[in-house]
Amino acid sequence: MELQVSDLSCARGGVPILEGVNFTVSGGEALFLRGPNGIGKTTLLRTLAGLQPPLAGSVSVPHESLAYAAHADGLKATLTVAENLKFWARIFGTKGIEHALAHFNLTELAERQAQNLSAGQKRRLGLARLLVTGRPIWALDEPTVSLDTDSVALFAQAVQAHLEGGGMALIATHIDLGFEARVLDMSPFKAKTPVYDDFDEAFL
Amino acid sequence: MIALLTRDLILAIRAGGGFGLGLAFFLIVTILVPFGVGPESAILSVIAPGILWVGALLACLLSLDRIFALDFEDGSLDLLATAPIPLEGVVAMKAAAHWVTTGLPLTLAAPVLGTLLHLPVEGYLWMLLSLAIGTPALSMIGTFGAALTVGLKRGGLLMSLLVLPLYVPTLIFGAETVKRALDGLTTATPALMLAGVTLATCALLPFAAAAAIRINLR
Repeated sequence: MELQVSDLSCARGGVPILEGVNFTVSGGEALFLRGPNGIGKTTLLRTLAGLQPPLAGSVSVPHESLAYAAHADGLKATLTVAENLKFWARIFGTKGIEHALAHFNLTELAERQAQNLSAGQKRRLGLARLLVTGRPIWALDEPTVSLDTDSVALFAQAVQAHLEGGGMALIATHIDLGFEARVLDMSPFKAKTPVYDDFDEAFL
Repeated sequence: MIALLTRDLILAIRAGGGFGLGLAFFLIVTILVPFGVGPESAILSVIAPGILWVGALLACLLSLDRIFALDFEDGSLDLLATAPIPLEGVVAMKAAAHWVTTGLPLTLAAPVLGTLLHLPVEGYLWMLLSLAIGTPALSMIGTFGAALTVGLKRGGLLMSLLVLPLYVPTLIFGAETVKRALDGLTTATPALMLAGVTLATCALLPFAAAAAIRINLR
């Protein structure tokens, strides 16, 4: 399996911000997306996940093969850690959450309500969701925010295990995760045409 | 999709979930009306079907903006939109959860509260039936309104304005069904119209609401 992105253009709020994005990721490979704030890392990941249509260009894999992890973790405060994870496992049609809990060191917290978790624990729960999606490509938007160094290492292990299983990962990040992967600098893809003239866009 | 329904029901019942909000509002309306109108049972029994229906409708409206707003704020709507279940199914389950937590308790409470308004005995069955047939439409239309305004700051006002006109047919046919039952007339026509509105909204609006969410998530 291979993720091939060719000549992709993306807009945010009706303004094109990325143009001519080209890259290829093959099975077992990770790609770090780097670039200054506002360059369009989130927009690129949202476009690949199918949350917004691209202005132009094509993506070789269907949206259904990506598991998207955004800035927000999508946790329900009054559900316990295990209930939050079980919900996503049922939505994605996979079985068993124990490996995901164990991998992110959440087993002891399984019966605690998500509202009583710390920011880093919430983030770990949000990332544990990736393990229950069973999808081959992870699209991660700043996954290490509010994680301590130990948790970053746990996360790096999870990504490497995923890659060893033939999976892929696209990671927008500013920090060093402690493993080697190709880096894609987003700066050259900054859109040159500032105004996208689509009448409908004002209403959508 | 059943997972989504059970999750929403659990969330509604747990602390801060908003279960019972509509029911409490309905109770307050039906208790206050006799104080405002006066205790004459002749007047009350005439206006009872209308008051109960208006009360149920407003109680439904009260909890609509929570349907998608909470999921949008904590990011789970984005994740649901990328999940393998169709967004139309998400919308239908959200509407079903709203009905179970709002429409169903209102329906079951209506005959009890009807006694406060001197609703004649022959109206009880049809009050129950008309609300059972009509309130799913209220939840479905409301879910559509919530989908249109998801992501808007203070979208509640706009949603109420969008949704209220769509509620009118259900209100008219629902109240008319009970009134006819009280007058000893046949209730078939308004009851069938009520059922027709409900079936049409449940058939069409999940698709419209899913399209609205896709646009709002961009």
